[in-house]
Amino acid sequence: MELAINKPQPDTSMGEMTPRLHTVTRIIKDTADTFTLELAPSDDGQLFQFKPGQFNMVYHYGVGEVPISISGDCEKTDRMVHTIRKVGTVTNAFSRLKKGDTVGLRGPYGTAWPIDGAEGNDLVIMAGGIGLAPLRPVLYSILFRRRKFGRVVLLYGARSPQDILYKKELQKWRARFDLEIEITVDRTIVPWRGNVGVVTTLIPRTTFDPLNTTAMLCGPEIMIRFSIMELRNLGVPEENIYVSLERSMKCGCGFCGHCQCGQHFVCKDGPVFAYPVVKNLMLIREI
Amino acid sequence: MSKSLQADTDTLESGALHRTPLRMSPSDLGTIFANLEKAEYTLIGPKVSEGIIAYDRISHPDELPRGVTDRQKPAEYRLSHSDQPHYFSYAVGPHTFKRFTFPPRHTLFTSTKEGGELKLADSSPPVRKFAFIGIRSCEIAALLIQDKVFDNDQFRDNHYAAGRKDNFILAVNCTHPADTCFCVSTRSGPSVSEHFDLSITEVCESGEHFFIVYVGSDLGESMLVGIDKIDATDSEKAMAQSSLDKAAANMQRSLSTDGLKELLYDNAESPHWEELGKRCLSCTSCTMVCPTCFCSTVEDSTNLSGSEATRTRVWDSCFNEDYSYIHGGSIRTSPAARYRHWITHKLATWQDQFGSLGCVGCGRCITWCPSSIDLTEEISKLRKKQTDNKTTLVKE
Repeated sequence: MELAINKPQPDTSMGEMTPRLHTVTRIIKDTADTFTLELAPSDDGQLFQFKPGQFNMVYHYGVGEVPISISGDCEKTDRMVHTIRKVGTVTNAFSRLKKGDTVGLRGPYGTAWPIDGAEGNDLVIMAGGIGLAPLRPVLYSILFRRRKFGRVVLLYGARSPQDILYKKELQKWRARFDLEIEITVDRTIVPWRGNVGVVTTLIPRTTFDPLNTTAMLCGPEIMIRFSIMELRNLGVPEENIYVSLERSMKCGCGFCGHCQCGQHFVCKDGPVFAYPVVKNLMLIREI
Repeated sequence: MSKSLQADTDTLESGALHRTPLRMSPSDLGTIFANLEKAEYTLIGPKVSEGIIAYDRISHPDELPRGVTDRQKPAEYRLSHSDQPHYFSYAVGPHTFKRFTFPPRHTLFTSTKEGGELKLADSSPPVRKFAFIGIRSCEIAALLIQDKVFDNDQFRDNHYAAGRKDNFILAVNCTHPADTCFCVSTRSGPSVSEHFDLSITEVCESGEHFFIVYVGSDLGESMLVGIDKIDATDSEKAMAQSSLDKAAANMQRSLSTDGLKELLYDNAESPHWEELGKRCLSCTSCTMVCPTCFCSTVEDSTNLSGSEATRTRVWDSCFNEDYSYIHGGSIRTSPAARYRHWITHKLATWQDQFGSLGCVGCGRCITWCPSSIDLTEEISKLRKKQTDNKTTLVKE
């Protein structure tokens, strides 16, 4: 009795669950609790190819491994970029890394945002908090071939002005005439002349053609639910809405079971889903 | 092993077998064991240990649970011993063969740190040739189900593959199902139809004791070296068949699989789950004894000096609150949601994910649930509630 082996396999002689070593080449401190790591393969080997929306399992020596979405530009093939918020044991350990340190990487895993499928449409990108990280590669890709898309709108909600990610980049993008960037914060204690309120309040400030719009959303599930409600009210077709979901993950390959959401393994069937696929599940408590 | 489980169980009656069955005397079992050891197999079989039928390394038929029978009902498991010479007159215990193909704890990789430089040690899993002795039909079905999990549409787990490769399957047709069994409903027993090397039906009645042996593969045939091959007579075959028919007919429980998926999807928000949540202790027993449950988590540890770190994969359970933890909290905080997740996975979402039920009807989860929760009963209740609701709606 032999196990059926019917797929061409990449070089996983070490096994799917063993990471490849990468060196930290640059650390950018984004906010008080968020930082970006740039990584390069320690063995001078090939970098993983990835698509916007995918994630890697990132391993810290002796501490653990967590799924982190890729926040870099998929055209820049010399580095792997991860934006990480300190929330748990492993991410806290990552925050203490220094340039030249080594981490383990497996990936890339998961589905990608449908950028090719959105060509010709207006694009509405909605992000909440760290949810901007997996959407930044979308903006890079769009800017790489900007003329193929209609209006491009980024609506981004952060907790406070100090929590706004990628500030310099956002400023640069706001100065462009072919991007519309709207930012709001939940609250502020520092002087702030921008918007205050949840991210859905930004929708009426923007102009796009709802019937010919593709929307991509990533953030807390509550934010995604209300944002979709608003988009649907305006007439954005359900099948043009894409969401990225978050679940617990230990393997990224569908082996560990943790990430199940209904019949979907979020690690390999997601994290990016067409909204109609997960619509019913998003309405059930504790699914 | 490319055929789906469904297709396999469909051929239950026809049985694509190499030749007519043989009649073997019980002492021939020792010859097969010796042949397997000579072929460098690690023999894993049933033996009595701490009051249960456990699966462990064995080397001689004397270690098998001779004269032992079991009594099982919800939340109860007892063994009894007699002078009878039978070897296989009991149903499955809490152990599963999964513990060898997918061990409860195993190392994924080890890394070392010397002078700040990180290195990964070779993590190739050890390849072991397992011979599974006395494996039942339901348990073979469970292995085939796990094959699809660990070699899914995108990824293949080399740790699982190492334990699963080169298995020798010495199956036993089940003549003693427990009161908690329902493999007839899930079409995964009590007889073995395919995916075995040798299959045995034990006949032990009216002073006679012999085995009816089917050969399922050339490898199976090769392990019969040194045994006089005597074709079974029609009356001997009839004796074996009648005890198997009796086993199937005596199955106490059943699970209607018609529209099971829709039933669970439609009732995701039934108040029934709240009632169940009050009975379920979230003790994880059902998932630990289940032969198809595959969930795992990982543990990272270092040695005292910090020079070596190990990543270990351990069985996990969807009944643990931690299981669904993402920063900010767990998704499934209530036992009700966790039970719903488990049973919906076994009987509904599994069909969407892997094209079969995630249940083989072995009844372990019923026997080993300290709260006597019986999934066949819960499905019946859910069906009844749905029918009652519909009737009320029609009346109104």
